[in-house]
Amino acid sequence: MSAVTSTGTRPVGNSGARAVRRTGFWILIVILSVLFVAPLLWMLVTSFKTPNQATNPNGSWIPNPFDTSSYRTLLKSGSTPVLRWFVNSLAAGLANTVLIVVVDSMAAYALSRMEFFGRRIIFGTVVGTIFLPGFMFLVPNFLIVSKLGWLDSLWAIIVPSAGGAFGVFFLRQFFSTLPRELEEAAIIDGANHWVVFTRVVLPLSRPALATLAVLSFLTNWNDFLWPVFVLFSANNLTLPAGLSTLQSAATTNYPLIMAGAVIASVPAIILFVIAQRQVIEGISRSGLKG
Amino acid sequence: MTSTVARTRPESRSVAGGRRRVRRNGTATPYLFLLPYGVLFLGFMALPAIYGIWISLHDYDYLLPHQPWVGLKNYTDLFKSGTRDSADFWNSMQATGIFTLFSVPFLVVLPLGVALLLNRAFPGRTMFRALFFTPYVLGVAVVGVLFRFLLDPNIGVVNAYLHDVGVNRNIPWITQLPWAWISLVSMTVWWTLGVNAIIYLAGLQDISSELYEAADVDGANTWDKFRNVTLPGLRPVMLFVITLTILASANMFGQAYLVTNGAPANETRTAIMEIGQVGLRQYRQGAAAAMSYILAIVLILISLINFRLLSNRGDT
Repeated sequence: MSAVTSTGTRPVGNSGARAVRRTGFWILIVILSVLFVAPLLWMLVTSFKTPNQATNPNGSWIPNPFDTSSYRTLLKSGSTPVLRWFVNSLAAGLANTVLIVVVDSMAAYALSRMEFFGRRIIFGTVVGTIFLPGFMFLVPNFLIVSKLGWLDSLWAIIVPSAGGAFGVFFLRQFFSTLPRELEEAAIIDGANHWVVFTRVVLPLSRPALATLAVLSFLTNWNDFLWPVFVLFSANNLTLPAGLSTLQSAATTNYPLIMAGAVIASVPAIILFVIAQRQVIEGISRSGLKG
Repeated sequence: MTSTVARTRPESRSVAGGRRRVRRNGTATPYLFLLPYGVLFLGFMALPAIYGIWISLHDYDYLLPHQPWVGLKNYTDLFKSGTRDSADFWNSMQATGIFTLFSVPFLVVLPLGVALLLNRAFPGRTMFRALFFTPYVLGVAVVGVLFRFLLDPNIGVVNAYLHDVGVNRNIPWITQLPWAWISLVSMTVWWTLGVNAIIYLAGLQDISSELYEAADVDGANTWDKFRNVTLPGLRPVMLFVITLTILASANMFGQAYLVTNGAPANETRTAIMEIGQVGLRQYRQGAAAAMSYILAIVLILISLINFRLLSNRGDT
C-alpha cells in the first residue's frame, strides 16, 4: 500500500481513498467510544439527580438541580448501609489478595525451584483444577463454609477462593523465567530457601506479584454469585451483593441505585487507571475470565 | 515449555549445589512451602470436588433429620418428567443454552473487529484499548443494575432515544421475549467485549510482520491478507476465545438475576440460577449438586467437540 502511494503517479485518487479509510476508521472508533462511555456517564449523571428528574427519560445529561441527597441517604441508611458494604468489600478484598499472594508465591517457589517427591503430580493436579467450572464448587463449598461457621461472615469471602490454582500457575510460570545465578550465589553464601525466596525471588518478581494482586483484588471486589448466596444480613454484605438488595429495596428510585453503583465502581476504576498495564497484560496472557 | 527449562537446568548444576541444599534444608522444606496453599487447596478445591459427588448421591434435604443415601436417584429424577425439579431444571438448561448460542457468535466476531481496529498504530490507542475494557473492570453487579435502569421500559433512556428516532412504542426489554434475550446478550457483549478484544490483540501482535510483507509483495489486498494471514495465524487464539466464551456464557448468572430476574415466566432463568435456588435457598443440596454435575458434563462434551472441530479444520 505504501509502495503504491509513494510513487505519486495518482496522488489525488490514492490520498483520497486513504483519507476516506482514515475517516471511516475514526468514525468507528468514536461510535464505539460513545457506546462504551455513554452508559457509564448516564449512571454518574443520574446519581446526582432527584428521583423526579430521573423519571423523565428525556432528561438532561446535566443534573439540574445538582442533587447529592442520594449519596447522603445511602451513607446514613440503616437498611442499605453502603458505607458498611464498602468497608466489608475493601477488607475482604485486601485480606483475600494478601492471602492469595502469600500462599501462592510460596507454593509456586517450591514447585519451580525444588526437587521433591510428588512434585509433578501435585503441580498437575493443581493446574488441572483451573479448567473445572466454578459452579461445581458452589453447593459443596456452601456446606463446607456452613460447617466452619462462616456463613454470613466475611471469612466466606476471604478464604475459600484462595484455594484457586490460577495464582500458583501464574507465579510458577514467572519464577521459571527468572535467572538462577543470583539464587545460586545466595545459596553458596549460606542462605537457606526461605532467605532466597524472600530476599532474591520475591523482589525480582514484583511485576508478577503486582499483576496477581490487582487481578485477585478486582475478582474479589466484583464477585457476585458467591456473596449473594453466603451473605444474608444487611451489615455483612459486600458491595455487589448489597447492590442487589438495594435494587430490590429502592425499586424505581434510580438515583439511589446509581449512586450505589458509582460507589462500587470508583475503587475498581481507580485501581484500573493505576494498574492498567498489569490488568490488561495479565488478562490477555492468561485469559482469566468470569 | 517453561517446565522443561526448569527441569533441565538444576540437573546440570545440582551436582554441587543441589546436594548441599538438600542437606541444609532437610526434605521437609518443599512441603513446608506448599503447606499453606495446600491446606486451602485441599479444603476448598479437592474436598468439595469429591464432597459434591457424595452430596449428589444423598437426599441432602435440609429439612430432613438424616441425609439418606439414594444412589443415582437425584440424577435419574432429573431425567424423569413429572418429578419435582426436572421441568424447571431442563427449562433453565434451555435458557443457558439459548443465551450461549446467541451470545457466543457476537462475542467471538465483534471483539475481533475491535482488536483489528486497535491493532493499527494511531494516537490514543492505549487509551481506547483501556476504554473498551472498562466495563469488565466494574463487575456484573454494577453492569446489571445499570442496564436494568437503561432498559427500563417506561423511564429508561434506551426507549427514550428509540422514541426520538421514530419507534412509537415502549419496547418491553425486560419482560417479554425475544426482547429479554436481546437485552441480556447485548449487555453481556458490552460488558465482556474488551476481554476477548485484548486476547485477540495479543494474538494479532504475535503474527509475524514478515508474513504481511510477503503478502504485500504478492500484491494481496486487505481482504486477502485477513483471510490468508490473519485468520490462520489467529486460529489457536480463536479456539481459546471460543472455549473461554462458551464457558463464561454457560456460567451466566448475574445479568439474569439482576435485570430480568428470570422473567418472563422463568424463560430467562439460567441453570446457575436454578442450582443456586434449589441448593442454597431451598436447601436441597443433593438435587442441586446433581444438576451441577450434569451441566459440567454437558460443558466438557461441548468443549471437546469444539476443540476437535476447530483444531482439525486446517488438516481436512
